[in-house]
Amino acid sequence: MATITMDPYYKAPKVAGFADVPGEEKERLIAEVVADPRFHDYLYGCYECGICVAACPSARFYDFSPRLIAQAAARRDVELMFQQMQEDIWECSQCFSCLRCPRGNNPGGIITVMREVAVNNGLASAREALEGYSRIIYKIMSTGTQVSPDMLQPDAFPDWGPEVADVSESLALWRRALPPETHHTTTTGWAVADRTLIELYLIWLETGALDMISQVDEGLHMILEEVMEERLEEEGIER
Amino acid sequence: MTTVPVEMIKTKKERFDRVPDRRSADFHEELFRLEDAGELIVQRVPEDFVAVPTKYGVTKKIPRGHLWHHKSCGQCGHIPGYSTSIYWIMRKLGYDYHDPRDQTSCTAWNYYASATSNQAAQAAVALRNFAAAYETGYFPLIHCGTSYGHYKEVRAEIMRHPELRAQVRKVLEKLGKPLVMPEEIVHYSEYLYALRDEIKQNQVRDFSGIGVTVHPACHYYKLVEGDAIYDPDVYQGQRTAVVTGLATALGADVREYSTWFDCCGFGFRHILVQRDFTRSFATMRKIEVMKEEANPDVVLTHDTGCVTTLDKSQFAAQAHGRNVGVPVMSEAQFAALAMGAHPFRVCQLHWHSANYRPLLEKMGIDWEKAWAEFQDEVGRLERNEKEFSTWEDVGV
Repeated sequence: MATITMDPYYKAPKVAGFADVPGEEKERLIAEVVADPRFHDYLYGCYECGICVAACPSARFYDFSPRLIAQAAARRDVELMFQQMQEDIWECSQCFSCLRCPRGNNPGGIITVMREVAVNNGLASAREALEGYSRIIYKIMSTGTQVSPDMLQPDAFPDWGPEVADVSESLALWRRALPPETHHTTTTGWAVADRTLIELYLIWLETGALDMISQVDEGLHMILEEVMEERLEEEGIER
Repeated sequence: MTTVPVEMIKTKKERFDRVPDRRSADFHEELFRLEDAGELIVQRVPEDFVAVPTKYGVTKKIPRGHLWHHKSCGQCGHIPGYSTSIYWIMRKLGYDYHDPRDQTSCTAWNYYASATSNQAAQAAVALRNFAAAYETGYFPLIHCGTSYGHYKEVRAEIMRHPELRAQVRKVLEKLGKPLVMPEEIVHYSEYLYALRDEIKQNQVRDFSGIGVTVHPACHYYKLVEGDAIYDPDVYQGQRTAVVTGLATALGADVREYSTWFDCCGFGFRHILVQRDFTRSFATMRKIEVMKEEANPDVVLTHDTGCVTTLDKSQFAAQAHGRNVGVPVMSEAQFAALAMGAHPFRVCQLHWHSANYRPLLEKMGIDWEKAWAEFQDEVGRLERNEKEFSTWEDVGV
């Protein structure tokens, strides 16, 4: 079986490890990427100089290249862009070192858009990439802060050294020892006002951000929806 | 291999207009034009400000006081000495501020990690926070490098895309909030850089023998690059001047290393669910290179993720006998220590992992005595002699 197609960068689906889909479906997904209002601000052609690759941390440890992202997008290579949406986009570090591009391209930004389309369409790659990530989504969307002190558990961060266990064991006391009044919390980064949280829920609901979660984790979406609607109902807010 | 006809490639390839000059223009003009057109409100920088230079020469105003602290989840949650040091320095210098509860995370860490959000939601979160600051009359000071970079992206998108403005305005109207953009988006490291002479005047510990390497944070100076501080007197204006400008002012020995442009390895999703990449990059491309080329006493940086990544990644590498083992902290904590702050009750170094004790000794700080003092305070809290530690307890 041939493992290389005409395009040397394009892997045959069986080798790439994802199910192929009809060409029309790929066209539809890539059209969504290109339709994003930011897309044209992120792409100005490519010298093929490789500066972005040299600056890219992910290129050093993965089979990943920001140059390929820019080139595939520039020539609207639907097959390659679809393939990149299966794996490459989740390897990007989103550090935006690739903005060093002498043409002003933003491969990291194109990836942000491609990821968003992958999530919006519930692609298997997005579900897989976000496995184990649900608690973070829950935390940020429901509490308004992304990480909390009580996440510092030794079994969650065994590679961070014994200090994590020290923090975990003394957490409540050590938080009370912090002079800023907003910092005495353990389940959120800081004390967030109730009204503020309700406003955040309205943003997630009004902009469709909450709906996106249903594409990658139905269970989490149900929980978040319930939490948000209950709070809004308590406040007498109708949508 | 099949030869693809050139004409076919041409038909598929997009046409691009060459940008004659990539230097970013001064955004203020457009911002004020939008205000004149009734599209948004511009929150002005308070009158007492320091003017500093940015990458392409546009002057940036950094307010000295009356600041609304836009906190960072990672700092407050996992490195609380970071934000505590920022407040402590402001109090020590006598500048007023507001520490709001009416603030959410910028949510950009999650966005860059998972993309489970969208352009309108991200902009609405940013502008809700800006409106909350405006309502108090205090001017926003952004603690997190990612929040700062993301908010600058949001500002550019809001100014460029009227349909996005309309969408976000509609959401904000439901919240009863106006569409407000601050005149400047200011990062705390810009604040510390701008006030470095005042900080130096309050320095009580000699840092002349302290070897420092600086990791400049990607989201500070790579996102919307034109609005980052560059100073001809620091790196000849070739790299951002924040952190280095402050460390130099404090008399520290700032040392060079070759991989300064590399990111820390945080990766947003990687730090949480794929840390093998983060650990490898942080140690092999940053800490080991710093150790080999500069052998610093401390690594200073100015963003949440960078402190976490560079500090926490060393433990596993040390177990493998790699050339690591150097403390990591924000320059805010470093400056607070220079000004006499307590290493545990203010700078909260016990939340850090890499061994910072030799550094404290070099700074002339008796860390055993300081730790005993912190434990005494914890004892008082445990016995419920007091509910919380206060600013008065730490001398400001």
